Amino acid sequence: MTTETVKKQRWKLNLRDRFQDLPKPARIAAMVVFVVLLYLLPTKAFYENLGFPIPVGSGYLPFYTTGSDMAGVLFQCGYYILLALGLNVVLGYAGLLDLGFFGFFAVGAYTVALLTSPESKLITEYNWLESPWPWLVTVPIAIALAMLSGVLLGWPTLRLRGDYLAIVTLGFAEIIRIVAKNQDWILNGDRGIPSVGHPPGTWPDGEAIFDLEFTPYYWLVLTVIIAVIFLIRNLANSRVGRAWVAIREDEDAAELMGVPTFKFKLWAFAIGAAIGGLSGSLWAGQANFVNSNTFSLENSILVLAAVLLGGAGSIGGAILGGFIVIYLPEWLRSVGDVFGWPTQVEIAGIHIDVSPTSLRFVIFGALLIVVMIYRPQGLWPNRRRAAELKDRQKEVAPVE
Amino acid sequence: MSERKALLEVDNVTLRFGGVVALNQVDFTLYEGEILGLIGPNGAGKTTCFNAMTGVYLPTEGQIRFKGEQVSGKKRNKITKMGMARTFQNIRLFPEMTALENVLVGADAHNSTSVPTALLRLPKHWREERQSKARALELLDFVGITGRSDDLARNLSYGDQRRLEIARALATNPALLCLDEPAAGFNPAEKVALLELIKKIRDSGVTVLLIEHDMRLVMGVTDRIVVLEFGRKIAEGTPEEVRDNPKVVAAYLGVPDAA
Ligand SMILES: Nc1ncnc2c1ncn2[C@@H]1O[C@H](COP(=O)(O)OP(=O)(O)OP(=O)(O)O)[C@@H](O)[C@H]1O
Ligand SMILES: [Mg+2]
Repeated sequence: MTTETVKKQRWKLNLRDRFQDLPKPARIAAMVVFVVLLYLLPTKAFYENLGFPIPVGSGYLPFYTTGSDMAGVLFQCGYYILLALGLNVVLGYAGLLDLGFFGFFAVGAYTVALLTSPESKLITEYNWLESPWPWLVTVPIAIALAMLSGVLLGWPTLRLRGDYLAIVTLGFAEIIRIVAKNQDWILNGDRGIPSVGHPPGTWPDGEAIFDLEFTPYYWLVLTVIIAVIFLIRNLANSRVGRAWVAIREDEDAAELMGVPTFKFKLWAFAIGAAIGGLSGSLWAGQANFVNSNTFSLENSILVLAAVLLGGAGSIGGAILGGFIVIYLPEWLRSVGDVFGWPTQVEIAGIHIDVSPTSLRFVIFGALLIVVMIYRPQGLWPNRRRAAELKDRQKEVAPVE
Repeated sequence: MSERKALLEVDNVTLRFGGVVALNQVDFTLYEGEILGLIGPNGAGKTTCFNAMTGVYLPTEGQIRFKGEQVSGKKRNKITKMGMARTFQNIRLFPEMTALENVLVGADAHNSTSVPTALLRLPKHWREERQSKARALELLDFVGITGRSDDLARNLSYGDQRRLEIARALATNPALLCLDEPAAGFNPAEKVALLELIKKIRDSGVTVLLIEHDMRLVMGVTDRIVVLEFGRKIAEGTPEEVRDNPKVVAAYLGVPDAA
């Protein structure tokens, strides 16, 4: 059987292939339309024009939600998608298991908070800064510091193979959280840092663009995501991306063919960390308030779930995964509200929280098990990685 | 003969794995432009010798010098960059990469595009991509698998995979090419073609170190032969000298010809 026919059989119904078969102008036009729709997603007009009923005060059902507003949920999806894209470089491209990815998010968020808040101890106690810096100036610093922590973490561990990295990264994220929680001297523990700066810009009428309204933040994060996708693709289709695939498939052979494996693993780690830090700085720019409670281990696991659910090694997968892990519980909650699903039940005098947001780890646990059984390569897999996974399954029964 | 320049010097190398002495004071020199055969019964230490040369293992004792420079202790990718390339006894291609991409990974050994250059798509990125791709296609043609460039390595026939490994190694621009049983599993016609290919490689200016079980192939192509047995060098010389050496005959006696 030639590879041609194999390909045809396997991918006959593949949407991606059909899309690739379109002429280039058509592909670009389709992408542009799609992106415009993405920008319109949180606006009311979008749903009105699509003919969806919009109940007063309850938002844009059926896509969204009762308790919170659409743009807010989408913004949260946005910075999780960024996180997933960052972890995807580390885990999906270079094959390195990072269990504490949210730690870089924390580094980014705290950097922005410390430099932009007038109540930061850098200003009030240590006099390191005269006055708070603008948010925009602190973002590159946040990215650089996240990258630096990635390099410091990767430097000793990436020389080792196997599970060491997973354990060290897990420890890293926990250390950041615990230090942030228990130390008063700069991060201010649970009391946190209030009045964090926002992105710049005013509407023509003089109102700040980035204030309480979520929609501009969503537009900002969407724009950043698009830029990050372009940059990641540039890397993937280059000497760097080839080196990553080679390392993932056979690290020894790669090294013997001249690939500086340590260097490129460290780069993957640093790039992932930078994207994580960027995500944290965007979040902090909206959140107004940063404290240690945001950085629980659960969030690292949620990002990992996003990447695995979507399909490691695939940009589309990371986006889909990041979207699902945030959107699904919110959506379930709103559906639950409509149908009168309780947020709490009382069994033998014990109150149990059963809101979909609280149950999301149960939901994703179940979903992940189902996906891993029936579609271990993820929902939107990278072709090459899916095939590697199959090969590895075969290796269980070696053929001489 | 006095003009010969040493390319690789294996200087009294001993390599132990716990109690197993895989190489025992092995000592030989490889000169520029020659094809040297490395033969010996199964388990003699041939592959281990390659592994010591290319930095996979550190010799317990002794030194290996390449182009006059000590290689033991250097990073594997640095040794490759110095001009030593190899293939593997058990094929180790990147299975889910295309044939072309496999060769490109080899060609990348001398490229310097890193993250900033690739990220910003600077001219160097495009130049290196273009040059490497042209070189890779040329090499696929050279080893005789033109037209398979877009097939995944895992989908190539066994023989084509062996040829692809040679192309990938050649892409690193080696001064010395080490082939570990490149003819294993080949039929006689394929072996003849491989023999021609090895000569072509030598004629293009690359020194070749060849591990091979097939005596006819080794005798037909090599200039000199080193014979290992139980990790020791038991003979060295021209094919004729080695063939008539009683120690070699004894070592191979009762060992059925792999062909
Ligand atoms: N990593 C290792 N650990 C322990 N022993 C090893 C290791 N690698 C090789 N050996 C042993 O070293 C000896 C030499 O092995 P080597 O693979 O070099 O032989 P070879 O000459 O290439 O044989 P063949 O013709 O079968 O390929 C063998 O006894 C082998 O078992
Ligand atoms: Mg061997």
